[in-house]
Amino acid sequence: MHIAEGFLPPAHAIGWTVAAAPFVVHGARAVVREVRENPESTLLLGAAGAFTFVLSAIKLPSITGSSSHPTGTGAGAILFRPPVMALLGTVVLLFQALLLAHGGLTTLGANAVAFAVVGPWVGYGAYRLTRALGGGLLPGVFAGTAVADLATYVTTSLQLALAFPDPTGGLAGAVVKFLGVFGVTQIPLAIGEGLLGVLLFRALTVNARPELERLGVLRPAAPAAEGPA
Amino acid sequence: MTRRSLVTALLVIGVLALFAAPLLLDGGGSEFTGSDSLATSTVEEDHPGYDAWFESVFAPSSAEVESGLFAVQAALGGGVLGYILGRFRGRRSAGKTPPAQPGADGQ
Repeated sequence: MHIAEGFLPPAHAIGWTVAAAPFVVHGARAVVREVRENPESTLLLGAAGAFTFVLSAIKLPSITGSSSHPTGTGAGAILFRPPVMALLGTVVLLFQALLLAHGGLTTLGANAVAFAVVGPWVGYGAYRLTRALGGGLLPGVFAGTAVADLATYVTTSLQLALAFPDPTGGLAGAVVKFLGVFGVTQIPLAIGEGLLGVLLFRALTVNARPELERLGVLRPAAPAAEGPA
Repeated sequence: MTRRSLVTALLVIGVLALFAAPLLLDGGGSEFTGSDSLATSTVEEDHPGYDAWFESVFAPSSAEVESGLFAVQAALGGGVLGYILGRFRGRRSAGKTPPAQPGADGQ
């Protein structure tokens, strides 16, 4: 999902940067508020950031004969709501753009929209939908983390198609072409990310139960006052 | 083996199988190029007139350096995640919080 440095025309690069900026600023405020109001959240917040840091570093082979990496942004979106991931995800992208020549500064805005905004929000939506339909926490986590992963790559495909319409097939042709590069490859990775998310939340439900109850992810065992999420 | 650790083992095996299968089934025919670079080459093929107008401020000088830096990223993330999960677990076994039921899977 990393659009390479310089691979969006200037107008697109600026447009996506302007689009991403308010989300990242809002996310930074959400992180600061969370840490200030609930200092006990800091550890779990660190875990959410570390999860996306490690998952987005690992490139995995896929059935299409190419490889790609998961995103790890769904877990934090489920725990702390999506705005927090707008900041954490952008920090990861900045690290990769500056040190790994992966992604770039001119494409940071577009990549942040895909990785740190759309992925977390769509994944969070899938999680909430699963829970609203009566699914338990872990099915919700599987859906949320897997869908966040897929939604990120679909967004990247649309961004590239907008910037580079197909010479013959136009915008639709380009969407099909870039989805062909990113979409199918990502399906097994999204399933794998869903399973890893379930593993993480199984560990958290046992060991970080008070935090999950306070965040409203788990229902408190006994009736207790619930703080704002 | 409790039901809980059986489920954990099955989940781990599932993840491993998911990523081992492409390597085993492929039979050496694919190069497993990154999808990001495939997208870049798609752009270059279809729009030969397009020139990347900005270069990375820093690019690792070789594939070895690059994979090393990716390993650093994964190690930082994995290390911090392991440290935090370990603290949670240590806190629970120290008995400061009411222990959860073994076998409860958070439903």
